[in-house]
Amino acid sequence: MKTFKIGGVHPEAQKLSNEVSVETFPLPKQATVFVTQSLGAPAVPVVAKGDKVKVGQLLAKAEAFICANVHSPFSGTVNKIEPVADFTGYKKSAIVIDVEGDEWDESIDTTEDIVSEIKLNREEIIERMKACGIVGLGGACFPTHVKYMLPPGKSADFILVNAAECEPYITTDYRMMLEQTEACLIGVEALLIASGAKQALIGIENNKPEAIKKLKEAVKTHPKIEIVPLKTKYPQGAEKQLIQALTGRTVPNGKLPIDVGCIVNNIATTHAVYEAVQKNKPLIETYTTITGKKLEKRKNYKIRLGTPLKDVLDTVGIPENTGKIISGGPMMGKAIANTNTFFVKGMSSILFLDASESKRVPESGCIRCGKCIQACPMGLEPYLFRMLAVQHRLEDLEAHGIMNCIECGCCQSGCPAHIPLLDTVKTGKSQTGTMIKSRQAKKS
Amino acid sequence: MSGNVIILAVIVLGIIGLTAAVLLFFISKAFKVEENPMIDEVAALLPGANCGGCGFAGCRGLAEAIVKSGNIGELRCPAGGNSTMENIAKLMGLEAVAAAPVIAVVRCNGTCENAPAKVNYDSMPSCFFANSLYAGASACPYGCLGCGDCVEACRFDAIHIDPVTKLPVVDENLCVGCGACAKTCPRHIIELRDKGTSGRVYVACMNKEKGAAAKKNCSAACIGCGKCAKNCPAEAITVENNLAYIDFRKCTLCQTCVSGCPTGAIHFSGATSEPEMEQKADE
Repeated sequence: MKTFKIGGVHPEAQKLSNEVSVETFPLPKQATVFVTQSLGAPAVPVVAKGDKVKVGQLLAKAEAFICANVHSPFSGTVNKIEPVADFTGYKKSAIVIDVEGDEWDESIDTTEDIVSEIKLNREEIIERMKACGIVGLGGACFPTHVKYMLPPGKSADFILVNAAECEPYITTDYRMMLEQTEACLIGVEALLIASGAKQALIGIENNKPEAIKKLKEAVKTHPKIEIVPLKTKYPQGAEKQLIQALTGRTVPNGKLPIDVGCIVNNIATTHAVYEAVQKNKPLIETYTTITGKKLEKRKNYKIRLGTPLKDVLDTVGIPENTGKIISGGPMMGKAIANTNTFFVKGMSSILFLDASESKRVPESGCIRCGKCIQACPMGLEPYLFRMLAVQHRLEDLEAHGIMNCIECGCCQSGCPAHIPLLDTVKTGKSQTGTMIKSRQAKKS
Repeated sequence: MSGNVIILAVIVLGIIGLTAAVLLFFISKAFKVEENPMIDEVAALLPGANCGGCGFAGCRGLAEAIVKSGNIGELRCPAGGNSTMENIAKLMGLEAVAAAPVIAVVRCNGTCENAPAKVNYDSMPSCFFANSLYAGASACPYGCLGCGDCVEACRFDAIHIDPVTKLPVVDENLCVGCGACAKTCPRHIIELRDKGTSGRVYVACMNKEKGAAAKKNCSAACIGCGKCAKNCPAEAITVENNLAYIDFRKCTLCQTCVSGCPTGAIHFSGATSEPEMEQKADE
């Protein structure tokens, strides 16, 4: 069974909402759409207070290179544009919309029919992905079209699709594979055209036999796509790990997947690409798993972006003794410090952790056991990063390769001293990144 | 047998030690770095806390800079203050410029009562990390995070977290105004202000949000209403980005603003004023 070479852990799968079909969450009365919905620069609002908007209409335009368009997920009136707190509590510019009815932009095909024939050519597909604001839905929200604007001299051999869904608890990708099988595969075909690659490999962890079976059946009509079952090991879905598992190629530190001839996309992204390319539908929804051990109503929701998180929490009911609510999975997700916020692109899970699960065990001293080094899939030394980060030694952090950290959390999950390694390493990494950026800015 | 080994080891190590000592003696003679003896003398006059308040890594750095440049100029040991600088000037045959002593003030009044906590933070007990993870327990993105990075940074034991308010408190008598706490605070809420002989008046808030938004998270927030600026007889107060700032060079400590502030965001501290004394006696 294929997998990546070093590190990795095996957390309990906890796929509690596996059998729950995707439901559409009802429209809210008022919605708040953040203008920053991707990695990179914020998009610039193109609507003003009082404007009438339709579903799918452009709200904020991407002007920087790494940035994605934001479209209106609702029809209604723009109430105001002001800073609104996101889940960390920090405020970001957002567009508040009073929802009225559900009127879609005419150019969008809203039927359920599957459109198989791809009429657009390579440039048109990339342009469409850009126009529709497609971002990587594996978690990082990197604008997808940027990945397909290949640097001169580079070409793609493979499109790799991450269907590993290696984070515990999350089940939206799994449901997507079962319910939208054909749409996802057509999305992959579109990505093949956009990249010029000859073959696409879809990697699925072998703990999802039904999805593997269904996809294997469906790819019979798609000769360029191959399904590859992978060993169940976290972080199988991380970009560099997936490349290694599927192709045996290793992305050198500081290089991009395209340097080894690969482009990686999530299975949810391929579905969004299908909708954009075949139906001209911008990315205005997120598929989100609502889960937790103590939660009674576990759900897989299709939620319009900008829907208040409170609405969802009220619908499912916060279980008693909830210690933490996490956005994302338990490994890489972030604790929600402000529940008075709104859904954004790539919010793939809302996880309720019981007080007993979420309580941190008091930290004891590092005994240099090396478990974190063993677990690190990037071959780094997390205990050292943590020490250097605490001392704010950013140059040393850079020298020891902190920028290669993928923030997967393997180091922290196995630490016998219960040291919050990931929190410290993440902060050190972001500070080091800022330092490197300001140094480059000074040079140029 | 074992006795022999011990004797042998002692002899061998003894010879190695002796040879090394002789070698080092000659090497140190040959490569001796001539250093101005004044540096040692100046360094001896400095407090030796290596707080970094002068802008150098340690006290010796400042001593070197003073001796090398030959004049005092802008160089100054904030921890030692005027008396230390005078001593150094005397030693070097120079004139010291007396500067008003400064003190650290904490510009946040988000106590547990004023700004109730909405979430619990349980990661690294460090403001540096907390700042990057969330906006703060009270959701004020400008306020004190309360993890005590400033306490850690202080070499003079002059700042402590109050167990009741969970805010840092500066000890008037111990603070030397080196600014180590101000530098380390990720939210920049600690400011160095003129110590003054009879106290200081300052805005204990850094929130730049609009009034309603600031007030939502903290009842003692500056709402930028501008009442203080309007009523200040010395024209020492300016309001910018919904936040008032009092220029300590102009402030006459009349305290009109302190009593007039609708949210109580302006504070007087220092040599305890008479009304405050009475209040304390009443309590």
